[in-house]
Amino acid sequence: MTVMTNDSAVIEEKHRDTPTHGLNMGALDREKRSLDLDSEEVCLTVTDLDLYYGEKQALKRINMTIPKQRVTAYIGPSGCGKSTLLRCFNRMNDLVDGVSIDGRIDLHGQNIYDRNVNVAELRRRIGMVFQKPNPFPKSIYENVAYGLRLQGVKSRRVLDEVVEKALRSAALWDEVKDRLHDSALGLSGGQQQRLVIARAVAIEPEVLLLDEPASALDPISTLKIEELIYELKEQYTIVIVTHNMQQAARVSDYTAFMLLGELIEFGDTDTLFTNPRRKQTEDYITGRYG
Amino acid sequence: MANNVKQWFRQGTPWIWLNAGAVSISLVMVIGLLLLIAARGLGHFWPKAVLEAEYQESDGQVVQVIGEIHDYETVPLERLRQSGVELDTDEDSVRRLLVKTGNRDVGGLDFRWLIEPRLNEQHYPEALMVLERREWGNFYGYLTAVKEQGQVVAEGPAAWDALRERLRRVERLAGEIRHIERGLIGSINFQMERLRLEKRRLELDGMNPELAEAEVAARRQALQAEYDGLQQRLNELYTAIRRDTLTARVMDGRGIDLPLAQVVHAYQPNAMGPIDKVGFYLAKVWEFVSDDPREANTEGGIFPAIFGTVMMVILMSIFVTPFGVVAAVYLREYAKQGPMVRLIRIAVNNLAGVPSIVYGVFGLGFFVYFLGGNLDRLFFPEALPAPTFGTPGIFWASLTLALLTVPVVIVATEEGLSRIPRAIREGSLALGATKAETLWRTVLPMASPAMMTGLILAVARAAGEVAPLMLVGVVKLAPSLAVDGNAPFFHLERKFMHLGFHIYDVGFQSPNVEAARPLVYATALLLVLVIVALNLAAIGIRNHLREKYRALEH
Repeated sequence: MTVMTNDSAVIEEKHRDTPTHGLNMGALDREKRSLDLDSEEVCLTVTDLDLYYGEKQALKRINMTIPKQRVTAYIGPSGCGKSTLLRCFNRMNDLVDGVSIDGRIDLHGQNIYDRNVNVAELRRRIGMVFQKPNPFPKSIYENVAYGLRLQGVKSRRVLDEVVEKALRSAALWDEVKDRLHDSALGLSGGQQQRLVIARAVAIEPEVLLLDEPASALDPISTLKIEELIYELKEQYTIVIVTHNMQQAARVSDYTAFMLLGELIEFGDTDTLFTNPRRKQTEDYITGRYG
Repeated sequence: MANNVKQWFRQGTPWIWLNAGAVSISLVMVIGLLLLIAARGLGHFWPKAVLEAEYQESDGQVVQVIGEIHDYETVPLERLRQSGVELDTDEDSVRRLLVKTGNRDVGGLDFRWLIEPRLNEQHYPEALMVLERREWGNFYGYLTAVKEQGQVVAEGPAAWDALRERLRRVERLAGEIRHIERGLIGSINFQMERLRLEKRRLELDGMNPELAEAEVAARRQALQAEYDGLQQRLNELYTAIRRDTLTARVMDGRGIDLPLAQVVHAYQPNAMGPIDKVGFYLAKVWEFVSDDPREANTEGGIFPAIFGTVMMVILMSIFVTPFGVVAAVYLREYAKQGPMVRLIRIAVNNLAGVPSIVYGVFGLGFFVYFLGGNLDRLFFPEALPAPTFGTPGIFWASLTLALLTVPVVIVATEEGLSRIPRAIREGSLALGATKAETLWRTVLPMASPAMMTGLILAVARAAGEVAPLMLVGVVKLAPSLAVDGNAPFFHLERKFMHLGFHIYDVGFQSPNVEAARPLVYATALLLVLVIVALNLAAIGIRNHLREKYRALEH
């Protein structure tokens, strides 16, 4: 209970120094760094990406680079294509009927839409966390070990080690270490989402895609997820889609604003929120769009 | 007033009444059916009091009657008059009793209709004895003497105790005989047959008949020697069991000699107290579920039928589950959803509506004659022209029923697969699992409760099916079970007995309808209980799985 009270206090505190546009830039008390997109090491490159759902074009000529070991956030109104774009990075859209894709996405210089790419292997390298927590109906332990078992890891010792490490890095270890073999479905929503992150982290992907990871959670769980993202940035390239502009402002280094399938503006977060170059961006962050 | 009625209709009250009424009627019918079956079936095993009375025949002659009252009906006097019976009474109708007098070998008939007013001096003497026999049905009479080798050893009141004691000896000897005949000699016969087939196989492979004979001769001699030893022991036992006889006075006053070897149970129902009766009742019920049938299935137990039913259903489950699940997985997960798949779905659903006898005909034509015949030619040429698998048997019966129930499993499994949340599949794929790995590790386990639901429906349907089975493997009396102690232990080519067919056989094909009728009810009750038990087992498994893979709740 004490933990909860502290968290609420933090949230209240955050609302005190709200800047003019209603966003709190100092949420996690992170240091302001001067970031420069051009000097970052590139992880993913999107080139002339078009995506169609049947006849309808959902992504239009997307060109951008995702910097390595940084948090890149996508913001924009509902239906602007930000989740669709995120799902392009690990080819999740392949599963949707009637989707066709033009253009290319390169991971360290290799086109992931190449014919001879092993999609399962690609998805192992680019992990993903979904909007709603989706733990498997297995034990907590088995959820985290799932990816390793897929790779044929059988040694109990290795599994134990990796599970503990993953749960620790998802800040869940202390809460579940005594009930690792209980069903994961008995965890709270926030814990489930952190479990899913641990599950993704356990196979050590290079990139972590987060699709509105906190939208189904309460404020305290949201805060924990945000802190977690901040921690994970040290090791992983993180791409996050969010509805919540405050969240984007708090957790990301770079932010991309999308509207109606187009990438309107992409730049470092502080600049984008405080000094947007495009009119649409300004309208959106000051609350004139959905 | 009109407003009120309108209001009443608008609120839907009539529909609620209609629905509730329909549910109540269904419940009353089901419970009534079960109660009827239970009462008629279970009552059969209760030891009934044995009546002794004097009966005036139509020609004025007075005879003594001994027997159990089985049933009665009320007959209008008019009808009796028309059939030439004159009664001295003012009533419009009289009661007519159905009395089981037994002693079929003595009197020819074992059931008689007696008009109640002509029965005089009804009483229930304690000394009356009932014998259940291995042949000729029940025997009713007074025990007069027990004899050993034709010499009287006990007479009068002492005879009863002597009989009980000697019956225990007979029972022990009969048990030993059964063990030797069914167990040991059965096993030797089985091995002899195997040797014959082995020799035949060697001959078919081109070996000289004499060499082939030499190959098996030593083993055959060993078996023959063993058989001779057993046969000798059997002869001794038969001599021993034939030693004792009893003499009893039947209702027409004659004295009848009966060998004790013929007697299964002896009891004096009129002398039994309530506790004795309960004990007797439980023993009879146990005998019914655990023993082999006697006397064209109208006496004894129905264990082989229970065994056959359960084994067939289990085999059917083993066939139908993988087949149905694989088909459903293909239809739902891999096949491109289009007109073709829709057409297949419609066909599968319609398959469930085909009359079961049609499946029986198909099973006989395709499985038994075509598949079985070819199997015989390929793998069992030594037994030909006698068929091994080319004849109806439990394997083909299970396969036919699996075909009959596969649509149910497919539909239920597809339903289950379509209910797995997309998020779970994506979660697995996002961890680098292929589609097949996702299916195996996550989707199929989560869909397993739905598969079990399909299996439950399949079991319920298969266990109650009789018509197709008559064509593909069920028989009135199977000489041996499909599982026994002779390697390879499972003999799936054998014919089997089935509770449903047993009901039909006992009820409609029996030479002794009156004696068999209670057994029809008892067997029906047992069939219902077996199906309930099978279903409960499957439901238990499903609930366990459901708890394990509880769907995500958001």
